Amino acid sequence: MGIERFFGETSIITLRAEQLFDWARRNSLWYLTYGTACCAIEMMSAGMASYDMDRFGTFHRGTPRQSDVMIVSGTVTYKMAPVLERLYSQMPEPKFVVAMGACSISGGPYFEYPHVVPGVDTLVPVDIYIPGCPPRPEALFYGWMQLQEKIKARQPERIAELKRLRMDEKAGKAAAAQAVESEVASLVSDSE
Amino acid sequence: MPTESKTAAEQAGETQKKRTAVPDDGDTRRRKPPTTAATSESSMRTETITLNLGPQHPSTHGVLHVRLELDGEVIADAFPVIGYLHRGFEKLSERGWKKAIPLTDRLDYVNGWGNELGYVLAVEKLLGVEVPERAQVIRVMLAELNRITSHHIWYGTYGLDMGALTPILYAFREREEIFDLFEELSGARMMYNFLRFGGLHKDLPSGWEEKVGDLIERFPAAVDEYEAMLTNNEVFRRRTIGISPLTREEAIKYGVTGPALRATGFDWDLRKKIPYSGYETYDFEVPVGSNGDCYDRYKVRIAEMRQSAKIVAQCLERLEPGPVITDDPRIAPPARERAADSIESLVQHFKHVTQGIEAPAGEAYQRVESPRGELAFYVASDGSALPLRVKCRAPSFCNLQFLGDISRGCLIADMIAIIGSLDTVLGEIDR
Repeated sequence: MGIERFFGETSIITLRAEQLFDWARRNSLWYLTYGTACCAIEMMSAGMASYDMDRFGTFHRGTPRQSDVMIVSGTVTYKMAPVLERLYSQMPEPKFVVAMGACSISGGPYFEYPHVVPGVDTLVPVDIYIPGCPPRPEALFYGWMQLQEKIKARQPERIAELKRLRMDEKAGKAAAAQAVESEVASLVSDSE
Repeated sequence: MPTESKTAAEQAGETQKKRTAVPDDGDTRRRKPPTTAATSESSMRTETITLNLGPQHPSTHGVLHVRLELDGEVIADAFPVIGYLHRGFEKLSERGWKKAIPLTDRLDYVNGWGNELGYVLAVEKLLGVEVPERAQVIRVMLAELNRITSHHIWYGTYGLDMGALTPILYAFREREEIFDLFEELSGARMMYNFLRFGGLHKDLPSGWEEKVGDLIERFPAAVDEYEAMLTNNEVFRRRTIGISPLTREEAIKYGVTGPALRATGFDWDLRKKIPYSGYETYDFEVPVGSNGDCYDRYKVRIAEMRQSAKIVAQCLERLEPGPVITDDPRIAPPARERAADSIESLVQHFKHVTQGIEAPAGEAYQRVESPRGELAFYVASDGSALPLRVKCRAPSFCNLQFLGDISRGCLIADMIAIIGSLDTVLGEIDR
């Protein structure tokens, strides 16, 4: 993607659609305001004028169905855990989870208490951990940029995944199953 | 069942009439109470539906879950469901006297200083320790600044709830300035862990007072700006005036405290009635309302911001150089630079770090006026370094009690106005 030739008369960009989507995606990550406790207040601060999180192209949504990222900001208890899992399952793919603050990473100051979930990664897959109690808005931004980097870095992975899926389709299920079988057989013979 | 639902609708209609009784200020623009007469007169078969508001909802301010029984758009019944943020403050506080201070910050997380003050005062009562004058003045100043930031959050989110998106940006402008001051003092923006039994952790940094003075000077103009956006806003007024009016008797019956109680016209403020930390020596007024509705709660809080700024200005005048923590070696550890001077102070330091303080057997109860109402701590000791029991009386918890009764007969949209006007913080409700 040569940006210097972008405005030329005969300029043509070739890139995979998935690359284009990922580029758009990481610059317009809408987050679900899943604020449970103290960190939610810092998340609010981050969205306000002095820090202005909107310059990352983010926007807060009240519903999981319009969100790309869920920022788990605050303590999650076992009473809240089913709600969290349900909200996560309602988000459209591809989805990301940011664990903001000590509580959502490990239970934080309440890790000893049996009603507190010792880290939300026991419930949903977490992409980015932001430590702090609560983390400063700057820390949230750093985590956010790391998430953008992560989306960028997983491009080859995702493209390979898509390629594999298409190949599987072409080859048909039977062939795929046979390939798996032969692979398993070769692995078994290797280990023997 | 047709007959039963008819009765329910009628009941809702009656309650509605009672609740939204027009106060005697001659305001004819007030919305008429929604009538369910059409439903009850016709033979249409109706039934109530259950709607869950929360626990993940932008307008419930945290993880409050309200189960609503709806008759059309009218609320037939509302049950607050709490416990989504139960983190065991009271049990975890039994790990040690000092170790509970950081947990109190996280109780009502927009009012860290006020919570610390309540807990520290309760334990000080048990210890029977004198707090130096300078420390008391600084404590009052911090508590009042925190009252302002707490009301900032309430003001901003209440605007959002009522459909006004701009107020929160203005509120956070001053809030960030105050947070910068807190951060300079304690190193943290929200969770300070700064008050100690018998005083403060440290003295004020140099130049801090001037910054506060500068801020307080500009603050009344900022409150004027806040008011300009909502007080005479027609949409805001229509959505709040006459909604959930509470009488003084009802408020007392439900144990409501704080701005929600003062909005009913009862000037119950613990800073005046049962003073602590020298509040009796400050000159300030207790703003009260008249109707006890959402709009009066708004006006009381706005007036409280002005009064808090007034108290902070008085604190700045009173600040005299002096110690900020008691010199009782039983309660305060020796200063870091003196710790290695003599064997006694070294032993003292070691004991404070490894064991913590020991409170004499007994019990103490201390209540303070938090931005939400009467916050109280009950502490009991058996004479050891571990508290026997720490109990927190959370104002939001008691203020939430009347939600079910007050909202019966209101519209769903009014529910948002009511929850917002109570300014509940789930951290202290569930503890």
